[in-house]
Amino acid sequence: MAVIETKDLSYTYPGASRPSISGVSITVEKGEFVLITGPSGCGKTTLCRCFNGLIPHFYQGELQGEITVANMDVTKHQTHEMAKHVGLVFQNPENQLFALSIEKDVAFGLENLGLGREEMRKRVDWALNLTDIYNLRERSPHEVSGGQQQRVAIASVLAMQPEIIVLDEPTSFLDPISAEKIFDVIYELNKRLGVTVVLVEHRLDLTAKYAGHIVIMDEGKVCFDGDPRKILGAEETRLIGVGIPKATLLYQLLKKEGVNLSSITPLSSRELAEYLEGVLQTHDRS
Amino acid sequence: MIEVEDVHFFYSNQVEALKGVSLTIKNGEFLAIMGQNGAGKTTLIKHFNGLLKPSQGKVRIDGVDTRKTSIATLARNVGFVFQNPDHQLFCETVEEEISFALKNFGFEAGAIEKRTDWALNLLGLTQYRKTSPFLLSGGERKRVALASVLAWDPEALILDEPTIGQDYRQKEKLRQFIVQMQSQGKTVVIVTHDVEFVAECNPRVLLMKEGRIIADGEGKDILTDPEALANSSIVLPQVAQIFTYLSSLGFPKNIIDVYEAKAIILKALEEGRE
Repeated sequence: MAVIETKDLSYTYPGASRPSISGVSITVEKGEFVLITGPSGCGKTTLCRCFNGLIPHFYQGELQGEITVANMDVTKHQTHEMAKHVGLVFQNPENQLFALSIEKDVAFGLENLGLGREEMRKRVDWALNLTDIYNLRERSPHEVSGGQQQRVAIASVLAMQPEIIVLDEPTSFLDPISAEKIFDVIYELNKRLGVTVVLVEHRLDLTAKYAGHIVIMDEGKVCFDGDPRKILGAEETRLIGVGIPKATLLYQLLKKEGVNLSSITPLSSRELAEYLEGVLQTHDRS
Repeated sequence: MIEVEDVHFFYSNQVEALKGVSLTIKNGEFLAIMGQNGAGKTTLIKHFNGLLKPSQGKVRIDGVDTRKTSIATLARNVGFVFQNPDHQLFCETVEEEISFALKNFGFEAGAIEKRTDWALNLLGLTQYRKTSPFLLSGGERKRVALASVLAWDPEALILDEPTIGQDYRQKEKLRQFIVQMQSQGKTVVIVTHDVEFVAECNPRVLLMKEGRIIADGEGKDILTDPEALANSSIVLPQVAQIFTYLSSLGFPKNIIDVYEAKAIILKALEEGRE
């Protein structure tokens, strides 16, 4: 069942001379983990803003085509209605945080859902623990580091337990191990609770392994859409400026030299190492 | 030359962000500072242009003690690009943003125009000359912040997380630009979590943890030291990960470059065949 569906979607910001996205038609199935990537300025963030109705309700501008998210026509439902179904983690956490304490920031969305006190307490603690900021809960979100602010923004969205989570480069300020932990948490929610995840990322070395579906955009258009192993394995992908994982690149280089490796493109170093162990050990025996 | 001598730094809330840091960065050196969030990386680099002055110890830029000079004087020689471009951008158009510092430093009108054009072109921003920086994407705003500093051609460049929001092509351009700066004898210091970018550049790498330097050396050696990396919350670059998995097969350990990796594996296959 599709939870996000766009048909020929185009959008131009007010005062801009050309559209930021044009003719975008994609379908995201329930429970998928989708990775959206593409060169800087290609329209990834703009597309995310459409998923919860920030476009067109907040940004105004001109939206054409169709967009349905969680069975609702986004153009006909305000962002506060969409927010019950779609949680959006912004690229810049400062744009998202405003309360006097981290705990209040995380609780804010829940107050708006009209939950009881006990349920709210439970969900806030759960989200603070998942993102590893429970001990910071009484601090102001504006006095912690950029990486910690990103955790707060993620916690605020997780606490809402939406069906769809959209994350726009959510860990760019975090160190790699912290980033990996956050991605693991999100992946767990996806696998265990069936939450649909849409992740915008440039760093495919860190994230490709989680994705079951990848969308690559360039200049406002979708240029590839499908299975990550097929798409990241294609030469054209690299040419438009997508930084494919190094393990995938090394695999391509070795295949080109005629090394006999599995035809399934690896997305992580572990997968490629297993292939290599196979061929190297065969040689040892021979 | 940047000399840091046993620097301690306390923020007003008594948090000791630097606990005795010493290092020397020579002219023309390319240094990447890496480490956990809150390790003191940004605090350290803010000492390089006098934004912060040490609570104890000394920082000297080309022999001048930063406590004895002004930020304005230091800024002419040491350009600083912040992690979050929104902390740095405020003009109405990209062009004004880039020419702002040039005007402040008293460049002539002709020079301002030339340098602005050069910086716009270098960072692929020419088409946005008249656009408001706030209409641009996160990655593009980051490049505007960088362009506005490059335009005045400082002797040393300090970049806090320069690769955030940048795609592969932009990163490659940044890498080439840094190499070019080095060949002109200029110093480049970056703070980054982007281990793959560092692996491609192979600069001198400094690892920090809890206000101290815990490792300092060639990228190739530091980025293949699993213990030091784990200590500073960094994952191995993918190529190094692959060679770690294959460690029982007797490969060298300090490999971070994809093309070097390819050559080594092909050679091993070749030898296996004989």
